[in-house]
Amino acid sequence: MTDGPVDTERRPQPIEAVPVRHPGRWLAVAVLAVLAAMLVNTILTNPGFRWPVVGRYLFADPVLSGLRNTLVLTALSMLIGIVGGIALAVMRLSPNWVLSGVAAVYIWLFRGTPLIAQLLFWNFLAALYPRLSLGVPFGPEFISFDTNQLINQFAACLLGLGLNEAAYMAEIVRGGLVSVDEGQTEAAGALGMSRAQTLRRIVLPQAMRVIIPPTGNETISMLKTTSLVVVVGYFELLTSVQRIYSQNFQTIPLLIVAAAWYLALTSVLSVGQGYIERYYGRGSNRGQTGARLLRRRTAQETR
Amino acid sequence: MTAPTTPMVEAVDIHKSFGRVEVLRGVDLTVQPGEVACVIGPSGSGKSTFLRCINHLERIDSGRMRVDGDLIGYREAGGKLHELRESEVARQRREIGMVFQRFNLFPHMTAAQNVMEAPRTVRREPRGAARERACALLDQVGLQAKYDAYPAQLSGGQQQRVAIARALAMNPRLMLFDEPTSALDPELVGEVLDVMRALARDGMTMVVVTHEMGFAREVGDTLVFMDEGRVVEAGHPREVLANPRHERTQAFLSKVL
Repeated sequence: MTDGPVDTERRPQPIEAVPVRHPGRWLAVAVLAVLAAMLVNTILTNPGFRWPVVGRYLFADPVLSGLRNTLVLTALSMLIGIVGGIALAVMRLSPNWVLSGVAAVYIWLFRGTPLIAQLLFWNFLAALYPRLSLGVPFGPEFISFDTNQLINQFAACLLGLGLNEAAYMAEIVRGGLVSVDEGQTEAAGALGMSRAQTLRRIVLPQAMRVIIPPTGNETISMLKTTSLVVVVGYFELLTSVQRIYSQNFQTIPLLIVAAAWYLALTSVLSVGQGYIERYYGRGSNRGQTGARLLRRRTAQETR
Repeated sequence: MTAPTTPMVEAVDIHKSFGRVEVLRGVDLTVQPGEVACVIGPSGSGKSTFLRCINHLERIDSGRMRVDGDLIGYREAGGKLHELRESEVARQRREIGMVFQRFNLFPHMTAAQNVMEAPRTVRREPRGAARERACALLDQVGLQAKYDAYPAQLSGGQQQRVAIARALAMNPRLMLFDEPTSALDPELVGEVLDVMRALARDGMTMVVVTHEMGFAREVGDTLVFMDEGRVVEAGHPREVLANPRHERTQAFLSKVL
């Protein structure tokens, strides 16, 4: 305990001590440096990589159209997954046991069966229901469709990937929603805000901090999971590449082409995730420098 | 305006249980417009639960709760009680401001945004007008320089003053305070009590659950002592504090004073 006023005249002497040496760390660094050099060397000198072939196919038309399908499938399935996941999470947390139970069964079913089986199921739905129709339940029908025309390969892929993702997203969103302090809901309720307003304006924005990182995981994972659409005869990046190397046998270079694109997309997504996290981290003390910058900016915008 | 004969709060025989535990065992309380009622009592006496029954954050099991003549949470028709719909409960709550022990500010919004939120979303006020009024309210609670600070950047006392401004933004007829200074460092208690004192002076009807005997004595019109889910004693604060009639009140006051 200090007594009396602090002496501001005398500045404290900074400690000058000999730092602890870490020979083990230096050894590890040296070993890693040598291994890295060997890796770079072999990548550049081993002719088996065939870098010219990689360069020739990186922007080839079939690769780019596969890439486009990968992007479209990932974006749309994640959209279905996120919207469906939020709906399922809200249902799961409903005091009504029917709503909560339906959500629980959905999550159980879609997480508990293989995605490939689900993709095939949607693709072969016509075998079970040759025609789908809109009408009064147990009553007259208004319009009816040929199932095979309504659900083409692309639609089957979206249904399979999106509905499966919704089950996983539901648990992620639910985790985020329950992480928000109950006092927030009470404060909003006491102000006369409705449950929907409270969810949209107060609870969800705070839950986002918890929801975003695993959602980033899911999106990056989805990027690669889309390659499963090959089972219903659709194609995306990996499938296009496989088709090419099954003809010209340049397996390794073409896999490198696919890997390079996946890495590029993952990098873009990671950066995007960082920005979204910073946005939803506003007001939090645990933000990094970026969060503080953004915080200052959003504060000025509302002025 | 309110007829002078209509009490602001009229609680009749309020009962409330959580599972097997009966927290409120028949609470009666009447608060007139402009009155400041301070509720004291040991922890677990049901005082916070009672406060939360006034704006239907807790549903009462039996009895009648009226605010400004309106039955809270229910509608009486044909000799039967009908539960109010969520939107109707929300409408009743707009008239009743509430301040919590742990502030419960929205951490992702600045001070001004916290105050603007309900006027913007509930009353659909335009941004400019809401912002102007929010700033005026923050001025009123002494936070001129803190419009754009996030709650995490404010001290406890400042956060609680933002919370009071947020509750006032809906122009409530009644303000409920649930131990507003219990989570504060002792040196920050004063600034919050000052704001509440000014509110009382302006004629706001207030029900304050508190441990601040000094505030109760100075600002309160009524002091209510609760224990084991009942109102044990109520009266003028100076009277109750100086000459508690009930044994239980005497025992409690001898410990806290």
